[in-house]
Amino acid sequence: MREVRHGRRRRSIAGSLWWFVLPAAAVYVLVVIVPNVQGIALSFTDWTGGVKPPEFTGFENYATVLQGETGAAAWRTLYLAFVVVVLQNVIGLGLALLLNGAIRGRNILRTIIFAPLVVSPLVVGYLFKYLFGAPGVGGINSLLRALGLPQVDFLGNPTTALWIIVVAVVWQFTGSTMVIYLAGLQGVPAELQEAAALDGAGYWRRFWYVTRPLLAAAITVNLMLGLIGGLKLFDTIFAVTAGGPGGQTNTISTLVYQLFAQFGRYGQAAALAMVLAVAVGILSFIQFSVLRRQEKQQ
Amino acid sequence: MKTSSAAKIAGHSTAYLATLIFLFPVYVLINLSIRPPGDLTTALIPSARPTLDNFVNAWTESSLPGAIVTSIVVTAISSVVVIVIATMASYPLARSTTRWSNVAFYAFLVGLLLPFQLAFLPLYAIMRDLQLIGTIWSLIIVYSGTTLPFSIFLITTFLRTSVPTEYEEAAQIDGCSPVGVFRHVVMPLLRPVIGTCVILNGVSIWNDFFTPLVYLTGGRQVTIPMAIYQFVGQYASNWPLIFASLIISMIPVLAVYLVFQRYVIQGFAGGLKG
Repeated sequence: MREVRHGRRRRSIAGSLWWFVLPAAAVYVLVVIVPNVQGIALSFTDWTGGVKPPEFTGFENYATVLQGETGAAAWRTLYLAFVVVVLQNVIGLGLALLLNGAIRGRNILRTIIFAPLVVSPLVVGYLFKYLFGAPGVGGINSLLRALGLPQVDFLGNPTTALWIIVVAVVWQFTGSTMVIYLAGLQGVPAELQEAAALDGAGYWRRFWYVTRPLLAAAITVNLMLGLIGGLKLFDTIFAVTAGGPGGQTNTISTLVYQLFAQFGRYGQAAALAMVLAVAVGILSFIQFSVLRRQEKQQ
Repeated sequence: MKTSSAAKIAGHSTAYLATLIFLFPVYVLINLSIRPPGDLTTALIPSARPTLDNFVNAWTESSLPGAIVTSIVVTAISSVVVIVIATMASYPLARSTTRWSNVAFYAFLVGLLLPFQLAFLPLYAIMRDLQLIGTIWSLIIVYSGTTLPFSIFLITTFLRTSVPTEYEEAAQIDGCSPVGVFRHVVMPLLRPVIGTCVILNGVSIWNDFFTPLVYLTGGRQVTIPMAIYQFVGQYASNWPLIFASLIISMIPVLAVYLVFQRYVIQGFAGGLKG
């Protein structure tokens, strides 16, 4: 009898520790699953967070939030995410290739370029808000004035304001993109590069046919992180423009917060958050499938 | 491979120039923060009469001193709670081959896709009913949940790919209890991935602004990003003073980063590569 039990226990140490999952499962269900399910349910009600019990209103919230500002904000969210992903990856990959080579003091340069990542996006946002501040106030404008050039109201114009947000985000997160590419580049064997060079392949051909295929995993990670982060941007926008001027730099994230904090329309905020959740899910799934297929082809 | 000296010079100058562009905002930040009030020369010229008054004023007039303590407490407690429960959960999830453990693993991964914007409203109502709004406990509870899926993903993947089962089996044959095996054999082998988790979770919790904005508003305790937000609201156009407060807020995290930069960068790249 003892022998049998002993044998059974030896088959699985982890099996007898199944209860180790319980604390994590409890926290996960209470903090992640239940509120998300409630959020979905409440997006179909007239909930305002007050004492009055929420009443079922069907798709009314969705109809309301999908009118008005939301369409423009949704396009803006996509546009921001797209521009940020492209710039971050082009600059990040360029820097990674550069700092993977024999550059004196390259570790110090890497450390500096990565550093903005550890700083709060809110703080970075305020820094860029000042740099591109109004004529007579901002850092860049004081430079333009000193040079005798006309000053620009960067944040007073929605188009340039959006680009200032892009600049702040790219400045902060390009270092992390670069570091992931650098980790990928360590997996590219030097002999392969040398062999290609001996065969007469120039720098760009070596990059395209030798380096790029071996970076496929790093590219996938960077594009996924960039897309998800870009779609959910909140802190930087909140600090640089707070959605202004005239609500014309609002994205879905900032609109959700406004519906909640300024208007107390919790049901509508939940409906809009649901739209964001579904969009993030669908877009990341599409991007992931495409990238995985390309990875496999190589 | 031969590199011509022209290419070498071009590479070096591009790299240094790029780094200087990255440093430029930091230069303006420091330069403006040490300038006395009333000095209206352009922020790009080094200050003629540097002063530390802005730092003294920012320190005494903002809620930063208390906020730094609050941020340390919140980040430390949340990180420890998450690491403990995530490590415990990951072990049976990685080692057990039953269908249930696979289902549980994927159930945790679903959390990676759910954006916090959806959950924060019902959580707000829950926290309000528990009277935790305005206290750091609401933050600790939220962070323990939101950082859990990614931590479990990292640790489980690491256990499956990089920790061989032989040590555990040997320890068990030598008469070690299952809890003992976990405690004395598995845990020490997990050190690298736990380091990565602490870094990634720690940075995201330390810098998080949205959660305290929602759950601490109206309370007396604030975290560093909240303190900055309130201070900026109070002194909207006094940029030298605001910049001094931004620098104070950055010092703790930058100090930790510079001391551990090798591990931070490695941990970051390693954690996200997998």
